[in-house]
Amino acid sequence: MSLVNFTTREITCKIVYYGPGRSGKTTNLHYIYGRVPEARRGRMVSLATQTDRTLFFDFLPIDLGQISGFSTRFQLYTVPGQVYYNATRRLVLQGADGVVFVGDSQARQLDENVESLQNLQSNLLELGIDVRTLPLVMQYNKQDLPRELILEPAELDDALNFRAVPSLPADALHGRGVFETLKAISELVLKRLSAGTTA
Amino acid sequence: MTTALNPRLSFETCVVGAANRLAVTAGRAVAENPGTVYNPLFVYSVSGLGKTHLLMAIGQSAKKLFPNLNIEYLSLDEYVEAFHAAVAAGQGDAFRRRFQNVDVLLIDDVQFLTNRKEMQAELLRLIEALQSGGHQIVLTSDRPPAEIADLDERLISRFSGGLVVDIGVPDYETRVAILRRKSEERGANFQPGVLETVATAEFPNVRELMGALNRMVAYQAVNDTPLNAEGAKQLLGLERAVAPPAAARVAGSADEFGSFLDDVTATVGKAVEAWRARVAEAILRWEGEGYRTHRLEVLLERDTPPAVDAEIAAFARDVERLRTLENEVAALDPQAAGQSLFRDPERMTEAEAAASQVLVGSAPPHGPSAAFPLANYATGAANQVAVTAARAVLEQPGKRYNPLVFIGKSGSGKTHLLHGVGLELAKQPGAVVACLSTQTFIDELITSINGNRVEWWRARYRRATALLLDDIHLVAGKDRTQEELFNLFNLFLDQERQLLFTAPVHPSKLTGMEARLISRLGGGLVAEIMEPDREIRRAMLERLFVTHQLNRDSALLEYLADRPVDSVRGLQGLLQRVIGAAAAQDQSVSVGLARAVLEGHEREPNRKSGALRTSGLVVSSLGGIRSREKMVWDWPAPADRLIEELH
Repeated sequence: MSLVNFTTREITCKIVYYGPGRSGKTTNLHYIYGRVPEARRGRMVSLATQTDRTLFFDFLPIDLGQISGFSTRFQLYTVPGQVYYNATRRLVLQGADGVVFVGDSQARQLDENVESLQNLQSNLLELGIDVRTLPLVMQYNKQDLPRELILEPAELDDALNFRAVPSLPADALHGRGVFETLKAISELVLKRLSAGTTA
Repeated sequence: MTTALNPRLSFETCVVGAANRLAVTAGRAVAENPGTVYNPLFVYSVSGLGKTHLLMAIGQSAKKLFPNLNIEYLSLDEYVEAFHAAVAAGQGDAFRRRFQNVDVLLIDDVQFLTNRKEMQAELLRLIEALQSGGHQIVLTSDRPPAEIADLDERLISRFSGGLVVDIGVPDYETRVAILRRKSEERGANFQPGVLETVATAEFPNVRELMGALNRMVAYQAVNDTPLNAEGAKQLLGLERAVAPPAAARVAGSADEFGSFLDDVTATVGKAVEAWRARVAEAILRWEGEGYRTHRLEVLLERDTPPAVDAEIAAFARDVERLRTLENEVAALDPQAAGQSLFRDPERMTEAEAAASQVLVGSAPPHGPSAAFPLANYATGAANQVAVTAARAVLEQPGKRYNPLVFIGKSGSGKTHLLHGVGLELAKQPGAVVACLSTQTFIDELITSINGNRVEWWRARYRRATALLLDDIHLVAGKDRTQEELFNLFNLFLDQERQLLFTAPVHPSKLTGMEARLISRLGGGLVAEIMEPDREIRRAMLERLFVTHQLNRDSALLEYLADRPVDSVRGLQGLLQRVIGAAAAQDQSVSVGLARAVLEGHEREPNRKSGALRTSGLVVSSLGGIRSREKMVWDWPAPADRLIEELH
């Protein structure tokens, strides 16, 4: 996918929310959906199972209108977190301009986080995407849970953020950190425009 | 008493964006056609968004286009003051007379009419007088007419009677464009990103934006170091507005999306190279005004910056030239002005050529419609004379039967034959065939009289090699048209150019026409087209079967050909009824069904009318055909109509 198309004067950013199952990726999108004015957002497509687990992926298109003469659109995707949907995850990752890794802050979920992060790296590798250059932001979700159940952001950084990418604590259910995360990844993605990079 | 128009406040210095595009476009239209479009034009917006600029620009532009116009700009306060002074001096009538002679009256800030009953009555009188005299009025206010407190209902309705437009707060792109233009005007240069950063702050109006720019200009003038984006934010106190710290936000309570949008806008503003942003903004602007911007679009595909300003300026010059050409053409031939080439700077040469063609009166008049090829005209004994005469005309245009007049009942095929001959004549090298309905001919003449361009109208027809008019009897009672036609008639006859007309009856029986015209119409050949005989009906039906994709059912064909009809259109009606019934009953079209439909019901009585009727066909210049006659096979029940009318 081309990030900026000078012919059609469009900037399109595909951002993928990645992470283990039940970490809150779809919750992030739902919160954003609820805050975006109706005229600016497309229909949110969610393909979920009866128990509300993401089966394929969620998709939320957002139209930001004309910015510097460019029609600017964001396309937000989530991937299914469950291990056995790896083919879908790889498919969704294709052409991503940026990735938000939504980690579950619960201490008992640390292994799942690590596994999902490794899975992200291996999928990117298979797709020929250099993980060192792809804009990536870590979001440590569920920070609203009791202290005794969760790890502090600093601890999670130590365990997961070995690339020292921007990381943000969040409580996606109530919205804390959701837009901050979106802003952080958007900034990283859009900064590549000035470098003349197209994904 | 009135304020002089400020030459700096013109359309050229007005930055157009999404928020003011409609108002500026309406303003331009008013300046170019004072008194004819949007009268009055009522513009409203909060203070500082350019109402006065627009008002002055309208005045300047109108003055430039029509130097003899009497244009007055004044604020409502000035108007009130002048009125009071005049009344005090016993010169109330002179005051009124003076304003009633104004061609374009521009009044600023009419919201101050609140609680001024006597001024409201005075203004109402003035507006009525100006409007009835075709003079233009443009008013501005900080709110729409209906929201001006204590305003007379009649004034509200007057104010709202033309066009009411608002000017919104400029968007980011417009703010950048304004800042850039004003910096250029002041000769101030800022580091890349400074103006873009300032523009991310949502100033409530342009005046405050200008205030911010003035502060930056002043700062740079007294400091050795140029202002950077960060410095500009600090200088203007924009830190919080541009990038509110995330920590300060309470999740869910603030306009999170708005803040996100601000951030993205700022990031994109910094990331997209400034020259690309300028080109893209120019594209948006011209695209919004309906111009093709391909020439600018290709610039965006380059890796290195082209001479952007020069390219944009050249494009703007070309657009301005196209606009001038289109306006000139529109004044003469509105139809020609609509051509896409007047909207494409890449086709400037073509536009110039087309415009010069129109300007010398050589824009072709209405031609024959392709919907009526001669090859499709069914012939038989009933129209043998007319068709033979038509062929003779085609062999020797202007020499054999000139004029040739087809007469016959409505629906007998006169219009088809006229256009069919027209199409054949048009195939000859160098032929310019004017083929149109007499009504269109009359309408065009009236329009040209209104626009004071009768000479141009005449020139168009004088260069035609053949003139074919459908329903010539419509000139009855139109003396001027008859006079013009008479002159054309003589010219065409003298130069052996073909004239062809249709009429319902022999010219000698037409009423309301000058004898000299009647005698000339009858001076060539008058060929009557009779009711279609069986041969024609059959040939017509065969064609209609193909058109409607019906199976060639011989029994049905013969049955329908035997039906007594007095016109070709009547025959089409018969078949239409059968097809309609078949569709309604979900049956195939068959002779049995045709019998049931056409004989199963009592026949409708033939329509009798003493008045002369037209062919009922109006041939559009675009090739389509409209029929003034309505054929209704399922007439609504009276009860349904009653309910409809009660609604």
